[in-house]
Amino acid sequence: MEGDILIPLAILGGLGLLFGIILSIAYKKFKVYEDPRIGAVEDLLPNSNCGACGEPGCRAFAEQVVNFEMNPAKCTVSSETGIIKIADYLGVEANKEEKRVARLLCAGGIKEAHNLASYKGGMSTCRGEAVVTGGSKDCSWGCLGLGDCETICDFDAISMNKDALPVVDTEKCTACNDCVEVCPKGLFVIMPIGQKLIVQCKSLLEGDLAESKCSVACTGCSRCAADAAPGVIEIVDNLAVINYDLRDLTSPAAIKRCPTDAIIWLEGDNQFEDQKPTDLPLGRVEEAIDREVYYQ
Amino acid sequence: MSTSAKYSGKTYTFNHGVHPEEFKELSSHCEIQRMPFVEEYILPLGQHIGAPSDCLVSKGQKVRRGEKIADPIGFVSVALHSPVDGTISEVGIFPTPNGQVLPGIKIKIDPYSTQRMDEAPIDLEDLDRKGFISTVQNAGIVGLGGAAFPAHVKFAIPEDKTCKYIMLNGCECEPFLTADHRTMLEYPEEIIDGIQILNRYLKADKAYIGIEANKPDAIEALKKIATTSTFPIEVIALQVKYPQGAEKMMITAILGEEVPTGKLPLDLGVLVGNVGTIKAISDYFRKGIPLMERIVTITGTAIKNPANVLVPIGTPMKDVIELCGGITDDAARILLGGPMMGAVQKSLDVPVVKGTSGLLALTSNEVRDLDEYSCIRCGKCVDACPIFLNPSMMGLLAKKGLWDEMLEYNIMDCFECASCSFVCPSGIPLVQSFRVAKGFLREKAVREKASA
Repeated sequence: MEGDILIPLAILGGLGLLFGIILSIAYKKFKVYEDPRIGAVEDLLPNSNCGACGEPGCRAFAEQVVNFEMNPAKCTVSSETGIIKIADYLGVEANKEEKRVARLLCAGGIKEAHNLASYKGGMSTCRGEAVVTGGSKDCSWGCLGLGDCETICDFDAISMNKDALPVVDTEKCTACNDCVEVCPKGLFVIMPIGQKLIVQCKSLLEGDLAESKCSVACTGCSRCAADAAPGVIEIVDNLAVINYDLRDLTSPAAIKRCPTDAIIWLEGDNQFEDQKPTDLPLGRVEEAIDREVYYQ
Repeated sequence: MSTSAKYSGKTYTFNHGVHPEEFKELSSHCEIQRMPFVEEYILPLGQHIGAPSDCLVSKGQKVRRGEKIADPIGFVSVALHSPVDGTISEVGIFPTPNGQVLPGIKIKIDPYSTQRMDEAPIDLEDLDRKGFISTVQNAGIVGLGGAAFPAHVKFAIPEDKTCKYIMLNGCECEPFLTADHRTMLEYPEEIIDGIQILNRYLKADKAYIGIEANKPDAIEALKKIATTSTFPIEVIALQVKYPQGAEKMMITAILGEEVPTGKLPLDLGVLVGNVGTIKAISDYFRKGIPLMERIVTITGTAIKNPANVLVPIGTPMKDVIELCGGITDDAARILLGGPMMGAVQKSLDVPVVKGTSGLLALTSNEVRDLDEYSCIRCGKCVDACPIFLNPSMMGLLAKKGLWDEMLEYNIMDCFECASCSFVCPSGIPLVQSFRVAKGFLREKAVREKASA
């Protein structure tokens, strides 16, 4: 009777031994050599899998780096020291890539651009508002201010300010493109941080009509195009469009005569004043709703 | 259901759906009246699904009523015609009912013109099938049910498919709207004539006209005329239920067959058209009138004198509302279309376009602004969805932004009838989030196509 327990033990032990042998043979026979540096480089990367480098993830990027097909500096999320570490490990020169950040092509917050109606849909997201007659703002192109970009940002780089405009913290921004894709109005663009001349408007309306909808709208007056170096600014459909290839020729002279401040020369790194809504006195939201008018 | 039984002996209907209050009595008795000409008309170039038309006119040019002012670009596109005698005052960008500012043409009316148009019937004898399709395209005719899908694209039946049944949609299941009802009541000859013109080229076996049983007078009127036709036309009274007027629901109700996912009614050998569209075909072939005006219901409790109006396309909304006595002081929301699927408007400067079936103004106490609560999994939305989706699950996924996962629940089949939002006791914006999800997924598909 006592011996019965030995039978299953022997069977299971035997099976274990058999599988162990098969596995060890398979390990020897089907071994795939993998460059150990890939794993090491991957460990040095931030592992956020953001896709800003253009690769599907950090591991794929690490493979490219190890094969010397890409420079470690292409990872915009890593800190400078992190990139140098990778470069040193592989014995390559770390390129100096200019940091790229997301910029908003709209400056019409609740102070500048007025609403025609109030949005009371159940979804308090920009995309939800945009499907209802394009949003409540009179301007059809402007920022809706409900912060879809703030929600989607994995790096906590976007915060909505007092004027209901997203402030991109250029320190934290990794140019991962998430905000560009989520914005229903397509207002974000990724550009080099050194690009100081920006037209903060997408309105295609002309003159007074554009200004009646938003006080910082581009009216298409073409003053900036006349003041800037030839070819830098072109007026297309009543909107000033900057040719970013001619960045070296841009200068603050272009913005001097802008009647609405739609075109700006960035002083600091960030586009708008960073003032969190929590810093505001209570009642601001109610105040904003008061100003809104139903169907005029 | 009792009315339905009275007319047919059998209840034609589909499973699921909802029963919103109808409010049709506000305007169902109002005869169609003609909208007086106003000073200015705005005609967006992209009033239909597909490529926007190509502008043929320039500023300062004189145009005649019914003259073609924009040509179709490509096959899925239609022509555009001037609704008045006048002068082109601007070719530029104008606000449209969907909230975007898009290219369009502004016409200033010639105040001394009589606005008379000579009848110019088209000889059907020397028109082959191809000619018929391009004639419909150049007449600017689109589906007048609301989606504004170019009519000739439907009529161009591919070689491998046959059209067995022509089905006319006169359900008008949206509450408040009565434009189709009045069309059927006042123009039954044109509708039957339109079917006969269409059948010359489609060679179908039979035509059905589906009408909800709450319009007995329209059913009578069409039945009377239908008996004079040599081509078999059956008028069917359908159960009063929303969304009976969705083409897939109507096919299920009449034929008892379901249009499979991703397939078109034509795969079942059915061609569905709105009664207004068929009337527009008759108007063009018999009188030479292109699609330059349409019947619009101006209704709602916040409209002083609700009416059914024949409005030239391009008339600004505010003029149409003025004709109906204006809006009351407690008006809170203006919609284009019915209360279930209609699009809310923020401005009345937008024009009536080809897809405008109604203009609805609601008072503040009719507008629901529900607080949103958690889903209690009561399953009411599942019972309401006419195409058997799971709105409850999709709503939860949408809340988390898991758009790709929603594809597995067949989100793209949703035609946004809003039955789920209508029944939800927790006030969850279900259909709203589906609309957002569908938009996002469509954008994503375009992006992926571009990068591939």
